[in-house]
Amino acid sequence: MSQYGEIVENGLWKQNPGVVQLLGLCPTLAVTSTAVNGLSLGIATSLVMALSNASVSPVRKLVPDEIRIPVFILIIAALVTVVDLTMNAYFHPLYNVLGIFIPLIVTNCIVLARVEAFAAKNPVTPSALDGFVMGLGLTFVLTLLGAMREFVGKGTVLSGLDLVFGPEAKALVWQVIPDYPGFLLAILPPGAFIGLGLLIAGRNWVEQRRTAAQTVPPLVPSPSH
Amino acid sequence: MDKTIIKHAVITALILAAFTVVGTAILSGTFEVTKTPIAESERQAKLQLLSQVMPASLHDNDLLNDSLDLPATPELGLRSGAKVYRARMKGAPAGVVLEAIAPDGYSGEIKLLIGVAVDGSLTGVRVLAHKETPGLGDYIELAHSDWIKHFDGQSLARTPDDGWKVKKDGGQFDYMTGATITPRAVVKAVHKALKYYEQSHEELFATDAAKQEGENA
Repeated sequence: MSQYGEIVENGLWKQNPGVVQLLGLCPTLAVTSTAVNGLSLGIATSLVMALSNASVSPVRKLVPDEIRIPVFILIIAALVTVVDLTMNAYFHPLYNVLGIFIPLIVTNCIVLARVEAFAAKNPVTPSALDGFVMGLGLTFVLTLLGAMREFVGKGTVLSGLDLVFGPEAKALVWQVIPDYPGFLLAILPPGAFIGLGLLIAGRNWVEQRRTAAQTVPPLVPSPSH
Repeated sequence: MDKTIIKHAVITALILAAFTVVGTAILSGTFEVTKTPIAESERQAKLQLLSQVMPASLHDNDLLNDSLDLPATPELGLRSGAKVYRARMKGAPAGVVLEAIAPDGYSGEIKLLIGVAVDGSLTGVRVLAHKETPGLGDYIELAHSDWIKHFDGQSLARTPDDGWKVKKDGGQFDYMTGATITPRAVVKAVHKALKYYEQSHEELFATDAAKQEGENA
């Protein structure tokens, strides 16, 4: 498999930051009360991760080992602030929704983890791809978890879409169960832990079945008696 | 002391300093470029919010340029100062927009924006910030339900004092099962704000604060 293919597979499945590396727990648990929240923060994180990987990679040989962590954090924090100010200036309604979560991207371990583990050792293009795909992997988990919690907790999917795409998008909000009384546990933080646990279990189950299928030759029938 | 260690330390420090300088330069550049658009979009957002509680048809002045700084006002639940925006039609008072805080929400304070027409009737109420339980108490937000619109057109003249309660307490205002404390707090705060307006509307419209215009521009 080519290098890029491997990067994509790692980010989306093998090393997924949300359900395998478990490095983005803070936003994973806090923001995913709806699918739209999860999706929006996931996209913002992917953007920051691609940018930070792409800007750390070219300077990786200039930075002595002893100060690499402060320099990396400096770069990440500067990038996040730039994204924060730009969104505030040109995408104000979206900024109002995500506002407090954008600065928190700095504290998301997955950003520093990818800079340290990948961008500090690889050229620019694969680094940028790695950051973006890892972000995308996290986005999938955030959106899925958000959709699960929203569906169980409020009986809707994609509520709040109008906050991102304008009032026309309100028609796309899917009220799955009309007059749903609501299930508060799913919306509150415990719902995030339970939901994430289910997602991790689901991923492990699929992975185990895959390895089992690869190691046991399917043509040999098991002896029965 | 070994010379090479000192040399290494100096070089490392210089590299870190260089990154800091470049980072700061990028940040201040971005700040300068985005300063005006941010100020403008914040102004627009504020005007948009104000127009929800004070319809544009009721006044012809710029609310943001006709504000009054209010000191701490216990009647409005304000422990520190807040702004009052005054609406005028052809120079005559048309209404005010008050900020008020309901201190006794289910989980803390509920910040409200209350529009009152000059005759003492409500032109609109919106919740600015709250910490009520998601999915239960948050129906006071317009994003979750139309409950807050029940205040439109209400006034002390239309609803007597003992009607300013939720229905469960014998008043006139709806509430949703499972969350009574939240609407109770909001109704109480709005009632108090109307009483405050009735007492002090003359002071609120006194024109001396018009000199603030230069300051706000």
